[in-house]
Amino acid sequence: MKKQKTPLLRSNAVQSLMASLLCILLGLLMGYLVLSVINPAGAGEAIQTIVQNFFTYSKPQTQLKYLGSTLVKTAPLLMCSLSVLFAYKVGLFNIGAAGQYVVGAGASLYCALALGMPWYGCLLAAIAAGALLGAVSGLLKAYCNVNEVISCIMLNWISLYTVNMLLSRVKETASPYTMPLATTNAKALLPSMGLEALFSNNTYVTIAIPLAILAAVVIWVLLEKTKLGYELKATGYNKFAAKYCGMREKENLILTMVIAGGLAGMGAALLYLTGFEQWQCTQSSVPGMGFNGIAAAFLGGLNPIGTIFSSFFIQHITSGGAYVDKTMYSAQISDLISSLIIYLCGFVLFFKTYMNGRLDRRAEREAAKARNAKAGVAEGGEEK
Amino acid sequence: MILLLQYTLIFASVLVLVALGGCFSEHSGVINIGLEGIMVMGALGGALMMKVLPADTSAFMMILLVVLAAIALGAVYSLLLAVAAVNFRADQTLVGTAMNLLGTAAATVFVKAMNTAESVDNVSSTIQYIGAKKAFLVNIGGFEFNWFMLLALIALAAAYIVLYKTRFGLRLCACGEHPQAADSVGINVYKMRYAGVLISGVLGGLGGIVYITAGVSEWKFENGVAGFGFLALAVMIFGQWKPTRIALAALLFGLFRALSNVYTGFAFLSAMNIPSAVYNMLPYIISLIVLAFTSQKSRAPKAEGIPYDKGQR
Repeated sequence: MKKQKTPLLRSNAVQSLMASLLCILLGLLMGYLVLSVINPAGAGEAIQTIVQNFFTYSKPQTQLKYLGSTLVKTAPLLMCSLSVLFAYKVGLFNIGAAGQYVVGAGASLYCALALGMPWYGCLLAAIAAGALLGAVSGLLKAYCNVNEVISCIMLNWISLYTVNMLLSRVKETASPYTMPLATTNAKALLPSMGLEALFSNNTYVTIAIPLAILAAVVIWVLLEKTKLGYELKATGYNKFAAKYCGMREKENLILTMVIAGGLAGMGAALLYLTGFEQWQCTQSSVPGMGFNGIAAAFLGGLNPIGTIFSSFFIQHITSGGAYVDKTMYSAQISDLISSLIIYLCGFVLFFKTYMNGRLDRRAEREAAKARNAKAGVAEGGEEK
Repeated sequence: MILLLQYTLIFASVLVLVALGGCFSEHSGVINIGLEGIMVMGALGGALMMKVLPADTSAFMMILLVVLAAIALGAVYSLLLAVAAVNFRADQTLVGTAMNLLGTAAATVFVKAMNTAESVDNVSSTIQYIGAKKAFLVNIGGFEFNWFMLLALIALAAAYIVLYKTRFGLRLCACGEHPQAADSVGINVYKMRYAGVLISGVLGGLGGIVYITAGVSEWKFENGVAGFGFLALAVMIFGQWKPTRIALAALLFGLFRALSNVYTGFAFLSAMNIPSAVYNMLPYIISLIVLAFTSQKSRAPKAEGIPYDKGQR
């Protein structure tokens, strides 16, 4: 029998893509409306600036350089969104990616600046720290039934204050920032393997970017092609059924949070070990990277490969926000747009159900028409 | 000591208000993770009202208008959750998270734009309300009584009566326990859920304005409300979704939050020389520990978080 080809509109991937594009469009539109409320004169230009990001520079050399900078920050965002995505596949909402990212930053910078470790040591320390924090949420969920969203939020704040305290020991005396990596311990900088040459010698472009993409592929393989991934997803769908089938659902929950935490922790190392940013030890709010990770994960249709693109987009508009006219608007306008996009992602399921419903009705109508036509032909044949 | 009592009471008031908000929403069957965002919006509404009102407004009018502004903005903002969760069957955790991020981002953008419009050099996201804030305070001896404490008490009593003694409250709870059964006896589940979420918006917004006027007289909106909405959720869980227990839980958490404001006033605490960050962490650590011990036998409304679908059996 010939396998029936599914129509293009029915395929899950196409629907996800459409839904994501719709979210982006609506998000930008709503952002535009907010901007016009604040100041109608510059709204159009501001949205254009945000979407253009590095294209605002006229020289291609400079454009390339700032494309590099956007990519440098895309790598950690991609890791955070993988963390969120991975946990979500197992039925956990890892809002703690933000905190795991924070301890990752703390561990990698402390190892680099205070202990003088080389980059791979710092990277491993960051992964371990993130994984450990994830494990705490996982243990609390598995054995004490603590809602992971609430425990994660608490841990976010605890880690922020702890890391601020820890990194105050390695900060510059005159400023609240940690000492620069390049002068204090150049060994801890991630190697670039000549990648910076591709981006007009943007020295912050390192192996972080290919590493993050590699991580996305690994997560995809893990989720789709391995027994472990299958078990984890089964636990997420129905943990009682999974338990009944002999899967150790508690261990699976904890393992998931460990992996998710490790991913977010590694993300922090991939940013801070490039020397692109220094940690500000007086920071009073949890960095937005982990929260933007939620936006990227859902915008990417909860697919590791899709997430690569959505992370880039979210970072693209976040970086673009820095270029808006500061006399009228603030850079947070891009946070506003990405949070609107997360909100809209909540409607994706409804959108898909609605679309499938419409397609079903249309298919039914066509089938009915075809039946009628056939019946008509048959009747006509008898008359003759 | 009086200072500690005063701060404990005011922070407990915030927690009571917001946790009761969460309680109403969850009893109707909708998880409200977005309380944090609702608090920010309420705080923004109240702060703007304080800024706009002339300095010679009478204390009563000041309180009334500020409270109304906070409530109105909180309620309108909570509609975002109601529409998504009730009409569009969206993932409530996701929508709530989005609301938290959106609340802080929107408030920051708005306040910054306002400040910049006033003077070009001012790019901060801070609103000051030193003068206006005095309307809320009454000095009794060394104790600074805040009218919001009374308001929280009234809200607590009202919540208890509404939830357990009125038809509306019992119906609301039915929708959170078994919406199909509620529907079968003619209760409109959608309407009830809207009501639950809106009440949580009202209480959350009110909690927001109380929080930013507790102990400080200006607020930097970039920081949102620093996880207080989530602390309130922890209070709600610790209080097992029951108003009276929530009040006790709020007092406990309020005490730990107050310590970070006043620990320098205690000789033995400041002698221990613990960094202030530890005190800042304390409420969060305590809530984690408390949750670890109380979540096992949690009495959460059974149908919370599950979108109601009429067609389901």
